[in-house]
Amino acid sequence: MALFAILTIICGLLYPLTVTVIAHTLFTDKAEGSLVLRDGQPIGSLLIGQAFLSPKYFWGRPSATSPMPNNGASSGGSNLGPTNPAQIDAVRMRIEALKRADPGNIAPIPVDLVTASASGLDPEISIAAAYYQLERVARARNATIEEIRGMIARLGKARYLGFFGEPRVNVLALNLALDRAFARTGDADPR
Amino acid sequence: MTAQSLVILLVFLATLLSVAYPLGIYLAKIGEGTPIRGLNWMKKTENFFYRLAGIPLDSEMEWKDYALALLVFNTLGALVVYAVQRLQAWLPLNPQALGNVSPDSSFNTAISFATNTNWQGYGGESTMSYLTQMLALTVQNFLSAATGMAVAYALVRGFKRHFAKSIGNFWHDVTRSTLYVLLPLSALFAVFLTSQGVIQNFSAYQEVNLVEPLSYQQAKTGPDGEPLTHAESNRMMESAIATTQVLPMGPVASQEAIKLLGTNGGGFFNANSAHPYANPTPLSNFVEMLSILLIPAALCFAFGRMVGDIRQGWAILGAMTVIFLTMTSIVLVAEQQAHPVLQALDVDQAPGELQPGGNMEGKEIRFGIGASALFAAVTTAASCGAVNAMHDSLTPLGGMVPMLLMQLGEVVFGGVGSGLYGMLIFSILAVFVAGLMIGRTPEYLGKKIQPFEMKMASMVILVTPLLVLGGTALAVMVDAGRAGILNPGAHGFSEILYAFSSAANNNGSAFAGLSANTPFYNILLAIAMWFGRFIPIVAVLAIAGSLAAKKRVEVTAGTLPTHGPLFIALLSGTVIVVGALTYLPALALGPVIEHLQLHALR
Repeated sequence: MALFAILTIICGLLYPLTVTVIAHTLFTDKAEGSLVLRDGQPIGSLLIGQAFLSPKYFWGRPSATSPMPNNGASSGGSNLGPTNPAQIDAVRMRIEALKRADPGNIAPIPVDLVTASASGLDPEISIAAAYYQLERVARARNATIEEIRGMIARLGKARYLGFFGEPRVNVLALNLALDRAFARTGDADPR
Repeated sequence: MTAQSLVILLVFLATLLSVAYPLGIYLAKIGEGTPIRGLNWMKKTENFFYRLAGIPLDSEMEWKDYALALLVFNTLGALVVYAVQRLQAWLPLNPQALGNVSPDSSFNTAISFATNTNWQGYGGESTMSYLTQMLALTVQNFLSAATGMAVAYALVRGFKRHFAKSIGNFWHDVTRSTLYVLLPLSALFAVFLTSQGVIQNFSAYQEVNLVEPLSYQQAKTGPDGEPLTHAESNRMMESAIATTQVLPMGPVASQEAIKLLGTNGGGFFNANSAHPYANPTPLSNFVEMLSILLIPAALCFAFGRMVGDIRQGWAILGAMTVIFLTMTSIVLVAEQQAHPVLQALDVDQAPGELQPGGNMEGKEIRFGIGASALFAAVTTAASCGAVNAMHDSLTPLGGMVPMLLMQLGEVVFGGVGSGLYGMLIFSILAVFVAGLMIGRTPEYLGKKIQPFEMKMASMVILVTPLLVLGGTALAVMVDAGRAGILNPGAHGFSEILYAFSSAANNNGSAFAGLSANTPFYNILLAIAMWFGRFIPIVAVLAIAGSLAAKKRVEVTAGTLPTHGPLFIALLSGTVIVVGALTYLPALALGPVIEHLQLHALR
C-alpha cells in the first residue's frame, strides 16, 4: 500500500513535472504547441490542420471530426470501412467539391485529397495533392504557376534518403506564405 | 509492397535488434538483482523506499504469495483509477472543467489500464482531466508494464532454479522494473518527443482565430441539447460558421513515452498516436515504433543470459521475428492496393515520388502507407494498441493481420513481460508436441514438463480464445451488441471480433467505429480484459513455482535442442497452427468475406 503510494507519486507527479521542466527549458515553442503568430496573435499551430475552402488557398486533407472538420477538441478519423457505401459517397462528394472549385482540371485526383486523415487534424498534404491544386490557386491569386510551384518547392519536404517520411507540404505554412506574397484578394479582410 | 516500404521494415528491424541487445544485458542484471556499477545511489533509494513501505529487504515469495501480492497490487491500481475518474471534477489540474466520468466508462478504463490493455472507450481530450491523465493513467502505464516484467522474471527464475521454494519477491521486481528501466527510458523518450513537437504543458486549451472562417452543417439541437429529428429520423441540419479553432494542450509527451515503452497504448488524445501533437514527424514515428518493441525484444536477450544460454534467447526472438516479418509484409502489400471504386472514379492511388498512394483513408500523410502499415503490425504484434492510423479503415486483409497478431496470444514480441512469458508457454507446448512425436518425456531448459505444467499451459493458451469467441458470439446475438456497429455487413462483424480480440489479449487498439462506450461493451470488455490478463498470469506463476522446485536434468544425446532453426520452425509453427485452428472460422466471416466483396465492387 505504501509502496503503491510512493510509486504513484514518482510516476504520476514527479515524472511528468520533471519532463515538463526539461522540455520547456530545451524546446519551449514545441512544448507549447508550435503556435504560429500573425500580427502578434496566434492564428493556429503548424501541427494542427485547418480547413480551407476557398479557391485561393490550398485545401488540406478531408477531416471527419464533428461537428466541424478539423475540430482540435475532438480528434479522430471517419472509421469507415472500404466496403461501406457511406465511405464511397464521402469520396464522391469530395471529388465533386474539388471539381466545382476548378472545373477545367481533368487530372486524376491524388488519393490523400479525397480521403479523411486519421486524426482529422493532418496538417500536411502530399506534393502530388499540392500540384493538383496549383493552377487553381495561381488563377485565384493572379500569380504565375512558376511562382506558386517555387513556394511548394521551398516549403515541401522530400523522402529523406529516398525512404524515410513522405513527400509532403504543410498547408497552413503554404497558405500563410501565399497571403504574405500576394495581396489577400477576393474578400474584404477586416484586419 | 513498394521498395520504400521494404527498406523501412528492414532498417526498423536492424535498429531494433542493435538497441535491444545491450538493453537485454541490463535487464538481466535487473532481474537477477546484481549490483550495477555507478548505480549504488539508486540501490540506496530503492532500499529507502522498501523501509518506508515496511517491505523486508531480502525475503522471497512462494508462487502463491507472489500471485496474491500481484493481484492485490493491481486491484488497488484499478480502484485508484476508478476513483480519480469519478472525482476529477472536484480535483485540481482540470482547466477544461471536464465533468466526472460515467460509472461504466470509469470501470472499463480502470480495468483497462490496470491490465495493460489500455482500451480507450473514451475520447481522451474531451473526457480526462490532466490530473486523471497523470495520476491515474500514466501511473498504471508504468505499474502494469512493471507487473508484466515481474511475471516474466519470475518464470525465468523458475527455469533457472532447482529444488527452490521461491520465485522472487514481487514488490522488489515491480519496484526495480519501474525505477531502473521504465522511468529513465521514458524520461529520455519524452524529452526526445518534445524535440519533435509533442506538447508538454499544463495550459488550458487555446482558442485561435482561423485564417479562413469555416462554414459547416451541424445537427439542429432542441432545448434539451439532443439533435432534433425530422420525420423518418433524418437529422435537421443548420448552417454554422466557425471563426476559431480549439487547440488541445496538456502533458502529452510524458504520457506518450511510457504509453509506448510499456506497451500500454491508451492515448492522451482520441486519435492516439495519429494526432500530430502526439506523433508529429516521421522520425518521432520511427522512434515510437522502436520504443514499442524495445523492451519485449530486449527481454528475450535478458532471458537467454539469465538461463545461462544466450542461444535460447535468440531462438525465442527468431520465432517472433519470423512471424512478424511475414505478417507485416501482408499489411504492407494490402494497404498499398488501389480501391476498385476509387480507381473507377479516377482517383490517383499509384505510389510515386510525389505521393504514397494506396489506401489513405484513416492515415496521416507524414506516415504514408509504409510507416502506417508497419505501425499497425508493430502495435498489434506487441500488446501495445497505440495506433497511428485508424484500423477500422484498413483494407480487409490489412485489418485482418492486426487482428490475427492479437489472436495469436500477443506472443510475437508481445507486451512488456507478457510477450516473453506467453512465448515461453508456447515453447513448453512446442517441446510437448515434439516429445509426443519422438516418444520422450518433454524437457525444456533442463526441466521436465509434466502434467501439472501442461494443464497450466493449456489454460494460458485456451482462456483468451474462450473470452474472444464467447464474447463476440454474445455481442452479435444481442441488440445491445449489434447497436454499436458502424460499418454494415462483414465489416461490422469484424468490428466486434476485433474488440474482443483486443480486450482479451490486452492489446487495446480498436476498429474504432464500434461505439463501445456503452454499459454493455464497457462491462463485457472489462470482464474480457481482467480474466484475459490475470488467469494466464496466475497460471504462469504456478508453472514458475512448480519448475523452480524440480531438479535439473542433464542434457543427453536424446534431448531435443531448443535453439537453432529446427526449434524456431517448431515454435513459430505451433503459434501459427494454434492461432489458425482457433480463429480461421471467425476470420472467414469477417475480413475474408469483406476482401472478396471489396474486389467485386464496381
